Amino acid sequence: MLKEIICAGFGGQGIITTGILISYCAFETGSQFTWYPSYGSEMRGGTANCTIKVSDEEIASPLAKEIDILVGMSGPAIDKFVGSIRPGGYLFVNSSLVKDKTYRDDINVVMVDTEALAKEADNPKGANMVMIGALVKHTGIMSLEGTGAAIEKYFTEHGKAKFNEANQRALKIGYVKC
Amino acid sequence: MAERVVMKGNEALAEAALRAGCRFFAGYPITPQTEVLEYLSWRMPEIGGQFIQTEDELTGLHMLMGASHAGARVLSTSAGPGWALFHEGLSYLCGCNVPAVVADVARLGGACGGISASQGDYEEVVHGGGNGDSQYIVLTPASVQEEVDLVQEAYVLAEKYMNPVVILTDAIIGQMMEGVELPDIKDHCLDQEWAYKPGMRKQAAGWPSTGYDVYGPYLLNKWAAMEADEQRWESIQVADADVVAVAYGISSRVCKEAVKKARAKGVKLGLIRMITAWPFPKKAFAEVNPAVKGLLSVEMSLKGQVVPDIKLATECKIPVYTYLSVDVVPDSDVVVETAEAIIAGTAKEV
Repeated sequence: MLKEIICAGFGGQGIITTGILISYCAFETGSQFTWYPSYGSEMRGGTANCTIKVSDEEIASPLAKEIDILVGMSGPAIDKFVGSIRPGGYLFVNSSLVKDKTYRDDINVVMVDTEALAKEADNPKGANMVMIGALVKHTGIMSLEGTGAAIEKYFTEHGKAKFNEANQRALKIGYVKC
Repeated sequence: MAERVVMKGNEALAEAALRAGCRFFAGYPITPQTEVLEYLSWRMPEIGGQFIQTEDELTGLHMLMGASHAGARVLSTSAGPGWALFHEGLSYLCGCNVPAVVADVARLGGACGGISASQGDYEEVVHGGGNGDSQYIVLTPASVQEEVDLVQEAYVLAEKYMNPVVILTDAIIGQMMEGVELPDIKDHCLDQEWAYKPGMRKQAAGWPSTGYDVYGPYLLNKWAAMEADEQRWESIQVADADVVAVAYGISSRVCKEAVKKARAKGVKLGLIRMITAWPFPKKAFAEVNPAVKGLLSVEMSLKGQVVPDIKLATECKIPVYTYLSVDVVPDSDVVVETAEAIIAGTAKEV
């Protein structure tokens, strides 16, 4: 089953990393995946996005026409991609930043107060972990255990093992409270 | 033991070269191939090799010539206008008959162009690439894994023929991440037969120590051997096909999906996925259904740059059509629709 995901927001919000983490989770659980970034003259505060495809079968293009899941970390990012979500698909809204918007009624909209929940997890920089927790719970594309293990492995391999506990707390709080 | 990791195409290309024994990189950064340099700037010293960011592309390729003459396995990469500057060095590498691996991570447009993906470098890489009868093998990976596999193979071919080998890839394959299996790390001994040694003046066949009476036949034999033995392709359901798509790189992945979609609705679409662009896989067309209605070149170029090669390979006996998506990755639904139009007789032949 092919799942097409876009993570989008402002540069600096951890968009690219969020996409990489979803890819690692797919990789560690034995699925095929592709990850493709917006690249070039992107900068902190500008727009950033990446496309992730996860499937049991060989994937053709790493780009997506329609998407199953949009992780929208900013208002402009949601405006840009919300029209591409398939009916019945998921929109995860970073509600700490994006408020008072109305959304299509043929998609599932999940509000994630990433900043408050990251604080509650005592990991203020873990907004994207909270988001991944919420995504795993609502879409079921990966198990919480598998995701947690893959994220831990990723940060350990990248010399950031000291954040493992805080990241797991943020991941779980996103899963439990959203 | 083989190692399974997640890597960007550009990084995988760089790591694959190291694992093939390459310990010398010289080149200049340009989007969308910059990650090759970014990666090798720390990885090459870590493994005991030389990484040099040169002042421009010309110097990079000329440094390869020196290192290759010393017996090393060497790499340089570029894109867009940087690739245009490679021509002189490529011609020299061909002229000196030394092995080297060079990659073009193609981007859009002429002049400075843009940084988005395209396959508009085909003519330049496959049929251009240096003054004076220069010729080299061109390999076209369609995935991050194939990038790794073909870089390994490129070093073998470069030394088999004493000639540079070019990897023609694109911004999509270069920028995307996939899971990939890496081979073991190989060491490479500098004491090679081709390496310059004290007192040595010039290689036996290398121009200009011999005249073209000797050098010409040497080149002709070399090219003939490459054409005979090194055509690479993957054929998918061509024997009964009404339409056969011909594509390389990122476009060929989409065509693979298109074949599945078409077959599911009873449209007999097949695919020749090119793995070498030079030598062009002419032999692949012998397996095609003799009653095929048309060949469809699917490429991200404006001109339809693969079309002349397809026509030559088939002696213009089969009608050729195009789907040219230029700066966006082709859409598999459009590939299927075009195949249907060819079968219905409503598509326009080129």
